[in-house]
Amino acid sequence: MTIMDTGWIDIGALDDVPRQGARIVRTPSGCIAVFRTADDRVFAIDDRCPHKGGPLSQGIVHGASVTCPLHNWVISLESGTAEGADEGSVACFRVKVEDGRIHLAASAIAFAVGDTSAT
Amino acid sequence: MSREKLVVIGNGMAPGRALERLFELAPGRYDVTIFNAEPRVNYDRIMLSPVLSGEKTYDDIVIHGDGWYVANGVTLYKGHKVVEIDRAARTVTSAEGVTASFDKLIIATGSLPIVIPVPGHDLAGVLTYRDLDDVHAMLLAARRGGRAVVIGGGLLGLEAAAGLREQGMDVTVLHLMPTLMERQLDTAAGHLLQKAVEARGIRVITRANTKALHGSDVRIGPAHVEAVELEDGTKLPADIVVMAVGIRPNAAIAKAAGLTVNRGIVVDAGMATSDPDIFALGECAEAGGQVFGLVAPLYEMAGVVASRLAGDASTVFNPSVTATKLKVTGINLFSAGDFADAKDREEIVLRDAARSVYKRLVLKNDRILGAVLYGDTADGAWFFDMIRKGADISELRETLIFGPAYAGGNAADPTAAVAALPDEAEICGCNGVCKGRITGAITTLGLKSLDEVRAQTKASASCGSCTPLVEQLIKLQLGDAYNPAAVQPMCPCTAHGHDEVRRLIVAKSLKSIPAVMQALEWRTSSGCAKCRPALNYYLIATWPGEYVDDNQSRFINERVHANIQKDGTYSVVPRMWGGMTSSSELRAIADIVDKFAIPAVKVTGGQRIDMLGVRKEDLPAVWADLGKAGMVSGAAYAKGLRTVKTCVGTDWCRFGTQDSTGLGVRIEKFMWGSWTPAKVKMAVSGCPRNCAEATCKDVGVICVESGYDIHFAGAAGLDIKGTEVLGHVTTEDEAIVVIAALVQLYREQGRYLERIYKWAKRVGIDTVRKQVLDDLERRQALFDRFVYSQKFSQTDPWAERVAGRDAHEFRPMKDLARAEAAE
Repeated sequence: MTIMDTGWIDIGALDDVPRQGARIVRTPSGCIAVFRTADDRVFAIDDRCPHKGGPLSQGIVHGASVTCPLHNWVISLESGTAEGADEGSVACFRVKVEDGRIHLAASAIAFAVGDTSAT
Repeated sequence: MSREKLVVIGNGMAPGRALERLFELAPGRYDVTIFNAEPRVNYDRIMLSPVLSGEKTYDDIVIHGDGWYVANGVTLYKGHKVVEIDRAARTVTSAEGVTASFDKLIIATGSLPIVIPVPGHDLAGVLTYRDLDDVHAMLLAARRGGRAVVIGGGLLGLEAAAGLREQGMDVTVLHLMPTLMERQLDTAAGHLLQKAVEARGIRVITRANTKALHGSDVRIGPAHVEAVELEDGTKLPADIVVMAVGIRPNAAIAKAAGLTVNRGIVVDAGMATSDPDIFALGECAEAGGQVFGLVAPLYEMAGVVASRLAGDASTVFNPSVTATKLKVTGINLFSAGDFADAKDREEIVLRDAARSVYKRLVLKNDRILGAVLYGDTADGAWFFDMIRKGADISELRETLIFGPAYAGGNAADPTAAVAALPDEAEICGCNGVCKGRITGAITTLGLKSLDEVRAQTKASASCGSCTPLVEQLIKLQLGDAYNPAAVQPMCPCTAHGHDEVRRLIVAKSLKSIPAVMQALEWRTSSGCAKCRPALNYYLIATWPGEYVDDNQSRFINERVHANIQKDGTYSVVPRMWGGMTSSSELRAIADIVDKFAIPAVKVTGGQRIDMLGVRKEDLPAVWADLGKAGMVSGAAYAKGLRTVKTCVGTDWCRFGTQDSTGLGVRIEKFMWGSWTPAKVKMAVSGCPRNCAEATCKDVGVICVESGYDIHFAGAAGLDIKGTEVLGHVTTEDEAIVVIAALVQLYREQGRYLERIYKWAKRVGIDTVRKQVLDDLERRQALFDRFVYSQKFSQTDPWAERVAGRDAHEFRPMKDLARAEAAE
């Protein structure tokens, strides 16, 4: 699944995402949540909690984790896996910041179609 | 039968305790009149240091509020200094000209701070540390910042220094002796203490003999202290100087009345002076050639005076060994008994430099005479008990210094130390409460929390330093049913509990979430979803108008001002004041439902209309249309005022006694927008038939012919609980003031997500009633603070977002679905 790895999509400026917050990117197959931490690291993961599908982009961001707004599962932004006693994971997508712009790996769109367990 | 007249000169802790006991032993026997030179009620003088450091307020340390004097029929003259005792006429007279006659008299004039008579001691800016006025003077001086010099490195001096440092001053402590607190500590512990004090940024100069205080140039204005000069010529610049070198009994009035006075007013074992109808009590009294300054023996004196006045001639004052603790947050220090070196004495010493622990026991003939503990004071009570009992330690000697946990050779269980204590071991030195009394109360009264134990036994209710011991006792009695560690920390990011965090936010003037996390040593870099919303609330409630709300620390519902649903859509509830609506509002709602294809519309339990299933990106447009029809956010998502339900009252109902609808609308219009620890739901019923169901609300009003019964602390959710009656008021205006004061008290004391009924249960219904109903001054102050904070909270969040605020919340960052479709 590396066919599109060379392609990056400019999805907006770093400052479009609030610190300790998230924005969503719509794709044909659902939403990707793009997070920005307090120390300006950026992560992109599937916007569906592995528990009951809650929109993770609406959660509270702390450290490199987000707490789902529906039932408080805590998901690692780095690995996409649930922390603590909960079990489950969401797809993570490659993302990079250059010159204040956020670029999402084009492959994310392919992945987002269907295979949500891939990382 | 006419009652005997008891007059008390002085209103400190000792006479307060004596009267408490007397009212228990002989209720109604005396008509009591108190003259207090200070213009206030009885407060906890031990807690002045936390007031100085900002950790507590005056209100927190009041022992007897005004209500107590009223309830016990005591006449209290505040700000009346007694100038004459006429023993022949059996009267006392105050400087204000009030004369009261007595059958029995208690002199409890306390002590005066010693002022070193060096040149300049009377300059402005030279203070002592004795009462609340001194604390206020210090706080005022500290507000300007600058340098403080504290003369005296004893208990009071160090507490004053720590408090002033906490207030941001540059502090130097001068101490005449080579080591600090030499009366309570040996030299080794004194050095450890000095290091700890210096680590807080306080400069310590020992062997410092003050020669003179220098003032500013009198030609510029009134002379104010500028510098302290030492014997060796050193000059220390100072904006204030605090003298804390000791106290002397205040016995002048007794001497003038011809009573026998030595250092203090001489009393016999029954606390009577040379006049058998006159007692002396507290720091002004001299018993057995000794004067006393620590609270435990003073309370023992109080007990003796009370028994004597109640007619029991057998009780005598028999001063026991005293123990001392320093009340500076973060420094653990305990000393008890006699620990001077002598030929016939032995000692056992434990030092652990890395942990800064030092323990020293002084022994004679296999008995402990004295103990000094620094760093780890957990075993203080156990050693103290053995000192008092003169217990033979020959069997334990090998492991004695390691404390009771090792006394039986068993492994260290944190509760073993306290389990090993005998029933008569004293746990709370301030209030003289022994272990048996606490465990007995837990068992017989079914107490389950620290607060309940405090309320019933007074253990740990004064200085609080025995709190860990009391908690261990509760744990011992209740087993796993009580886990103090589980209730304490706010979340895994910190070791602090909610109350502690709130206290420190005030004490340390912390005004942002990063500042709190830095100052209180958060374990995580940016908290978690539990602590951040709590901190955000505490800061907004503590610093209205100053703190900038941190949107990213709010739960999604409060961030976007709508309620998230299971599918990620939102529900929208506009405000309908008091549950009233109109055809135009309903028409607007109907149009909006059609326009945005909103799938569900429902009437809520709080008399509102809920539109469910609104897409997030549609929210601003929905709000815009609601706004055009005059509707604002109903805050159905907020930890704040939700709804005020009403019935139709005198407007329509044939049973209505008052305008319940009008009052409900008024309350809602006055209180909307305020953030609270958890949601607040109210109701106003126009008669006791209670159609608005006010008696299961956080706050409810039941109108009656004569006015308004105000209820609170109800619940009809996870728990079902009828309300408690707060009290009755006669006018709508008064009802509003009481309700706002109640909510403000809850805003200031409630833990985040703790509903009113849980908060009220924790702090006590009576305590709440006292503050918002009985104490009119307090009520007004609470009301004023509520009104002030409302200045910053009554902006409609929906209108703001319609105008463009937080637009990023409602739009995707990029729409690749559409982009691809276009390709």
